Amino acid sequence: MEAVTKLDVEAVRADFPILKRMIGDRQLAYLDSAATSQKPVQVVDAMRRFTDHSNANISRSVHTLGAEATEAYEGARARVAAFIGAPSADEVVFTKNSTEAINLLAYAFQNAALDPHADPRLRLAPGDEIVVTEMEHHANLIPWQQLAQRTGAVLKWIGITDHGRLDLESVPDVITERTKLVSFTHVANLLGTVNPTSQITARAREVGALVGLDASQSVPHIPVDVAGLGVDFIAFTGHKMLGPTGIGVLWAKADLLDAMPPFLTGGSMIKTVTMEKTTFADAPAKFEAGTPPIAEAVGLAAAVDYLDALGMENVRAHEKELAGYMLERLETVDGLAVIGPRVPIGRSATVSFTLEGVHPHDVGQVLDSEAVAVRVGHHCAKPTCDRFGVNATTRASAYVYNTHEEIDRLVDALGKVRKVFT
Amino acid sequence: MNLDELYQEVILDHYKHPRGAGLREPYEGESHQVNPTCGDEITLRVHVDGDKVADVSYENVGCSISKASASVLYELVSGATVDDALARLAEFTELMNSKGQGEGDEETLEDAVAFAGVSKYPMRVKCALLGWMAFKDALVRAEAASTSGRTDA
Repeated sequence: MEAVTKLDVEAVRADFPILKRMIGDRQLAYLDSAATSQKPVQVVDAMRRFTDHSNANISRSVHTLGAEATEAYEGARARVAAFIGAPSADEVVFTKNSTEAINLLAYAFQNAALDPHADPRLRLAPGDEIVVTEMEHHANLIPWQQLAQRTGAVLKWIGITDHGRLDLESVPDVITERTKLVSFTHVANLLGTVNPTSQITARAREVGALVGLDASQSVPHIPVDVAGLGVDFIAFTGHKMLGPTGIGVLWAKADLLDAMPPFLTGGSMIKTVTMEKTTFADAPAKFEAGTPPIAEAVGLAAAVDYLDALGMENVRAHEKELAGYMLERLETVDGLAVIGPRVPIGRSATVSFTLEGVHPHDVGQVLDSEAVAVRVGHHCAKPTCDRFGVNATTRASAYVYNTHEEIDRLVDALGKVRKVFT
Repeated sequence: MNLDELYQEVILDHYKHPRGAGLREPYEGESHQVNPTCGDEITLRVHVDGDKVADVSYENVGCSISKASASVLYELVSGATVDDALARLAEFTELMNSKGQGEGDEETLEDAVAFAGVSKYPMRVKCALLGWMAFKDALVRAEAASTSGRTDA
């Protein structure tokens, strides 16, 4: 039986005022949600309500607003925890974005390397190994590159097959007894590949390595259950899942957070302070120095409510349908080559492609003249580009509010690109 | 948006038939420039002979705007005096930073005035300037090389 999408796309679209935006004389077709998603009125309203009604700093004041703000912020934490199946809200650390979440973790390792009493799981010695994949966003590559350089650890990676999948056959060779950490992308931001996780997590467990996911492109689009995935940590960001910019999440198991030294230090992350010495608060406060993004947390909780109301299984089904349609239609364009899996199985509705003889910048410019918004460039994944021998790609990415008609407009506009450049 | 304004015939012609492309010897200065937002690259060499830019040679990957701009650059500065080349660099940079207000002097900038429309698109100004930044850098290097050469002699 065909999977029936239960998403009422027209009703969804009505919640996103920006989708009515005209670019020139055409209505916007927004196909760049992998870069950032649009926000429904529910998110903006929740943030405005908080700002107009309850704004105060958290965990400090006894006044009514202070209590309401603290409740809103901690309520958002609980809401996010439930959304990803985390056993405890205290395992959710709010950060600025995924990049900061991953850096928080990388710096915990770096700081632990300097502390002989640190948890042995976090202590990297020269020759120890950190494993990523060749399809990482730079956010899940450069922090580990830096950590390896500073500790003498060795950075290794799982390669990509010609079909845009992880080379899982190499996993037993890449992840070894010397591996202390495996961090890999759940859904690749350039290729659109949805990576199967069990083989990698099982191998990581076998060798006693910590293992986690860059979930920036998965949490917004497919059901993610951290307990079911059996990982130690995930990182994701609010603005790709209908929420505001300025807030991201590091989820990690309680015992790992307990073992991790803090990244940023300062206000609100302490138990006691003297001029000589500080005792740190328990997680998550230990990792949230300074005034956090409070209104943004409220907005993220509203985004999670919105996604939950749609149902993540419905979101997945809708995007699978769009991915299939996009791949099928794009294949009809002369000179177009998809970079990444060419079948809508184990892939997201993010499709990168090249158009023979036309640079992606020029493709994007002509598409913009038809009010079709896509991303062009290397998508912060230069090694992936290198793997496929391209400098840049054009990337169309769909989300809950996109329609078949918008994909038709993309394909028609690609025809116009051909006309301008041949 | 008016596409024709951006993709002028002149620009598309330079893109499809780039003038002076390829890396050549001799040269005194070489520069490699990258546009980190899109990964476009250019390697550009300058050969200075006396007070003249005797040759500009280059190899690049990039969009139509960046490739056409390098081709136009070659036509404008190759064979010109260093002073004239620097004047063209200043003029072209000013035109690109004019946010759509500048028209450019066709007497001096020739085909490069076709890039006036590009200055309305902030995301593309960097593309148009990539080759020129490489030229500026390579020229500085060429002059540094000749100065140090003289000192050594």
